Amino acid sequence: MNNPLDKLEAFKLDVLKEVGNIGAGNAATALSCLLDKPVDMKVPTVSLIPFEQIADKVGGFEQVVVAIFLRVEGDAPGNMFFLIHEDSAKKLLKNLLSIEVQDDASYSEMEFSALSEIGNILAGSYLSSLADFTRLSMSPTVPAIAVDMAGAILSYGLMQYGEMGDSALLIDTKFMEDRESLEGHFFLIPDPDSFDKIFSALGVPTE
Amino acid sequence: MIQQNLVKVGMADLNIAIEGAVLKTTGLGSCVGLTLFDERSKVAGMAHVMLPSSSIARETSINLAKYADTAIPDLIERMKKAGAVTDRLIAKLAGGAQMFAFATQSEAMRIGPRNVEACKKELTRYSIPILSEDTGGNYGRTIEFSSLSGLLVIRSVQFGVKEI
Repeated sequence: MNNPLDKLEAFKLDVLKEVGNIGAGNAATALSCLLDKPVDMKVPTVSLIPFEQIADKVGGFEQVVVAIFLRVEGDAPGNMFFLIHEDSAKKLLKNLLSIEVQDDASYSEMEFSALSEIGNILAGSYLSSLADFTRLSMSPTVPAIAVDMAGAILSYGLMQYGEMGDSALLIDTKFMEDRESLEGHFFLIPDPDSFDKIFSALGVPTE
Repeated sequence: MIQQNLVKVGMADLNIAIEGAVLKTTGLGSCVGLTLFDERSKVAGMAHVMLPSSSIARETSINLAKYADTAIPDLIERMKKAGAVTDRLIAKLAGGAQMFAFATQSEAMRIGPRNVEACKKELTRYSIPILSEDTGGNYGRTIEFSSLSGLLVIRSVQFGVKEI
């Protein structure tokens, strides 16, 4: 079987962009509420990305990032990442918590827990708006957090694609707090078999 | 280390190095970086293995470097052409981490350990001894393998540099 996503029409890509827009829009609003500051987001990009280039958007395979990963379960399963750079993560913690934040590269149990919870809230709002929009059931697993090389982290979300090709379909939305002092990415990587379900739920004809 | 000729190995990719060139692959998570070395002919090989078995492949043209059971035979073949002898090969392994820990462990999430097991099984089939390994854990690794010394240098965010 050929990778059915190789030939996604422009129209379908637009539908997926809207999926990212709705999800990330809600998540950005949630983040804005948490920080009590305006949060902007870019128009989502949807593309079939070769495995080799998956980490390019966040600074390359070896770039150290803070990642919150959760698996999406339900009608349209997939993988979701909330990625931020380390300095952004520290700023987020300082902004949000009245705890002393260590400035070095290490994280306390409390900081990890807080970041996980932020990821949980944002991913939850992303998914629940998406579930409302598509009327599909989508529920996140408990989030897992890691601070490590982007390549090592993201490759984890590609396994479902590994068996059918060397690229994955990624819905990427970049967001930043105003003045760009804080920026991050939402990556939604639906499983290959989830696309038909998403399209048919949205009334897009699938052959 | 003096910057030698660097041969990059991508994800789900493999390559060989001779004449002192260094093989490098970055950001190994659950993937396994498998290296083979023939000390006498100084032929080194590296594969960035992503999945354990090609039996699950749904693609029409299989990327041999992606699966443990196809990458190892292919790598041995490539090294033999460059002058290596199968009986002299030794292996080193790195990677196969479990990047995220979940309460409910499905088989798919245990991909790192499964990759390591599959590589070992395939190496046993060729009777290639595993000299050393740095596998498992929950962290990413970048590795460099010298075709001069057969030394495998492993870098990680948490633990710095390690040589095996």
